[in-house]
Amino acid sequence: MLTTLFLSRFQFAFTMAIHIIFPAFSIGLVSFLVFMEGAWLKTKNPVYYQIIRFWTKVFALTFGMGVVSGIVMEFQLGTNWAGFAKQVGSVLGPLFIYEVMSAFFVEAGFIGILIFGWNKVGAKLHYLATIMVAIGTLISAYWILSANSWMQHPIAYTQLADGKYIATDWLAIMFNPYNLPRYLHMVMAAWLTTSFVIISISSYYLIRSLHIEFAKKCLRFAIIAVMILIPIQIFIGDVAGVNVYKEQPLKTAAMEGLWETEKGAPTILFAIPSNTQQKNLFEFGSIPHGSAILNTHQYNAELIGLKTVAPDEQPEVWLVFFSFRIMVGLGLLMLGYAIIANFLLAKNKLYENKKILFLSQFMAPIGFIALLTGWITAEVGRQPWAIYGLVRTADAVSNVSKHDVMIGFTLIFIVYVIIFGIFYFYFLDKTIKKGPADIDSVQPFSFLGGGSEETGDKK
Amino acid sequence: MISLALSWLFVIAFIIIMYIILDGFTLGVGLLFPWIKDTKDRDTMISTVLPVWDGNETWLVFAGAALYAGFPDAFAILMSALYLPLILLIVGLLLRGISFEFIHKASSSIHVWEKCFFAGSLMAVIAQGLVVGTYVQGFTFDSQTGAVIPHQWLNLFSVFCAAAMIIAYTLLGSARLIKKTNGALQERFFVISGRLQWLLLFAVIFVGIYSPNIINSQLKTWFTLQNSPFIVMFVIVSFMLMGMHAFAIKQRIEKLPFITLVGTFILAYIGFLASDLPYIVPHQITFMQAKADDGALILMLYGAAVLLPLLLFYTAYAYHIFSGKVDENKTEY
Repeated sequence: MLTTLFLSRFQFAFTMAIHIIFPAFSIGLVSFLVFMEGAWLKTKNPVYYQIIRFWTKVFALTFGMGVVSGIVMEFQLGTNWAGFAKQVGSVLGPLFIYEVMSAFFVEAGFIGILIFGWNKVGAKLHYLATIMVAIGTLISAYWILSANSWMQHPIAYTQLADGKYIATDWLAIMFNPYNLPRYLHMVMAAWLTTSFVIISISSYYLIRSLHIEFAKKCLRFAIIAVMILIPIQIFIGDVAGVNVYKEQPLKTAAMEGLWETEKGAPTILFAIPSNTQQKNLFEFGSIPHGSAILNTHQYNAELIGLKTVAPDEQPEVWLVFFSFRIMVGLGLLMLGYAIIANFLLAKNKLYENKKILFLSQFMAPIGFIALLTGWITAEVGRQPWAIYGLVRTADAVSNVSKHDVMIGFTLIFIVYVIIFGIFYFYFLDKTIKKGPADIDSVQPFSFLGGGSEETGDKK
Repeated sequence: MISLALSWLFVIAFIIIMYIILDGFTLGVGLLFPWIKDTKDRDTMISTVLPVWDGNETWLVFAGAALYAGFPDAFAILMSALYLPLILLIVGLLLRGISFEFIHKASSSIHVWEKCFFAGSLMAVIAQGLVVGTYVQGFTFDSQTGAVIPHQWLNLFSVFCAAAMIIAYTLLGSARLIKKTNGALQERFFVISGRLQWLLLFAVIFVGIYSPNIINSQLKTWFTLQNSPFIVMFVIVSFMLMGMHAFAIKQRIEKLPFITLVGTFILAYIGFLASDLPYIVPHQITFMQAKADDGALILMLYGAAVLLPLLLFYTAYAYHIFSGKVDENKTEY
């Protein structure tokens, strides 16, 4: 059970799951800052300034976590996945290089101004820096997604005599048609995730009658944002889902828990799929033709079952099956929440409705869980392939002893638990409890407010 | 094409030396932490690196990606052969990075973070020393499976290299702090540098004499080429630089130690590179064998041609903004 392959997969999944949270949250936060800083420059309303200063602090902490946890991801590509580097390094390497360069560009140039530049540069230059950081994070994400999309749908490659793959058309790889919906799905997920954190923290303040103006503005923005984003997200998810069936029908079969090939296959609401027995041990509830309609948009389409391939060609079905259901379920929950909250907002009853505010407080993890389960669906669903149809995960793993991997993983695990599990949340909690600076102490850029060196932060 | 691969090799070499110098002094500041007892002084030390450490560390990320993309075979072999030292390196860097994030936010837990800052720096430096030591010695491959024999990084020579690395980075950190501080604190670093430089000299001579005897490596070519004017020049310039360093310390010239040390580091690095070419995995795989295909190299060279000058400009600009002595106030968001 505890083979080098298993441990390496587990370690990668663990470090990836922690890492992805931070870039996603960073992308969302800096996009939010672009809107808020724009609103502030336009209206000069100090509440907006209060908002940007507070969320910039959260952003700075989050972005830093993303950088440090990102190094681990990169190193693992060599330490744990040497076979992968050897075989497809020529194709994925340049995408990674461009990702690092985009991120580096942002970091070296504009992050400093965004975080430390208050009262040091002019308001417009600061806004430019905020916009550049937002663009940079979005471009950076594009490169990584294009690398991942190539792993899901390899195109424009050729295999050399020694077994390595090289690219034949870079533009085709960069603009892989399957990448666009996947990329948008990810960016939307980042925005939704962040919106729910904002909703959660604002509701926390409102219910305690703290920082009321601040919280109302944040809550209003995030709730409207969610209402716009979630239907689009569901639509893009659907497009991506149809693509999955076209390219990787077995992943679809795992998502739907279908073992036999079937015409007009149903959606099974709940089941316990078993790879060893090659069937669902328990099934509950089914919507006739559901899977067929969802995955192909045709009422009577034939869906390929998992049993069409040998058991060792199948992914871990239960993991894909449950992750997919959790993601979809949370997506629907978000939609329901958005409708109710916006209805209350339109009727001007949202800020007084204690029940919904109370519930809203606990919405923060919802986006993250949906995001992670979405990734599990995509990545575990691709197994046993690292590059779909080309390179098996078992051939991608490094030739290192399982003891080394175990020692390394233990070290990483301990440090991660301390760092991300305890201290990130500890400081996030501290920042939230402290809240934004009081409005009368907020001194916008000194030349606007005529203010002093006061930084506008609570000590 | 050899010119493409060679160009990318230069890009990587450049990125790595940037990392060694920039993060070298940052790590050095971490290593010096236990020697300075006063909390206020330690805040000053942190302030000298706080605005730049993040950018400095990013050069390592860049180097890793550049090696991955340009020479995937070498990346695969080296990274997996150096498994545990590299895990130690990233864990060390994680600890240090987090300490930076929290050291100026924490109040009651500040001592914990100061310890983590030192421990993380130390782990990273030891790991780098082990990596360099192992790389210099080269790897032995299993003749039957063709795989690298594991755990070659653990031997006397690489442990010695780790110790030498601690001395070298501490000295670099001390030189940086001499440049950035004033008064009694600066005097402390002059004294520390004055002692450490002899240790470094000893380490350099030891490596120079001892290593060719135990290693059947390219280093031998150094000694067979002893009469070559290039080598003689190299040795003379190195000793001149170290002499200038000693002079600067003695005369309390505050800017010179850092410059001479950077010169020494660059020279040592060039020597290290020159003794291994054309191999990228020592004695086994040349850079031409390990390279990615030309299309990939061209694509990346375009990007690097635009970005590297820009990055250098940024880095120089950032250092310009934060040049001069640090004040004693804590830097905060």
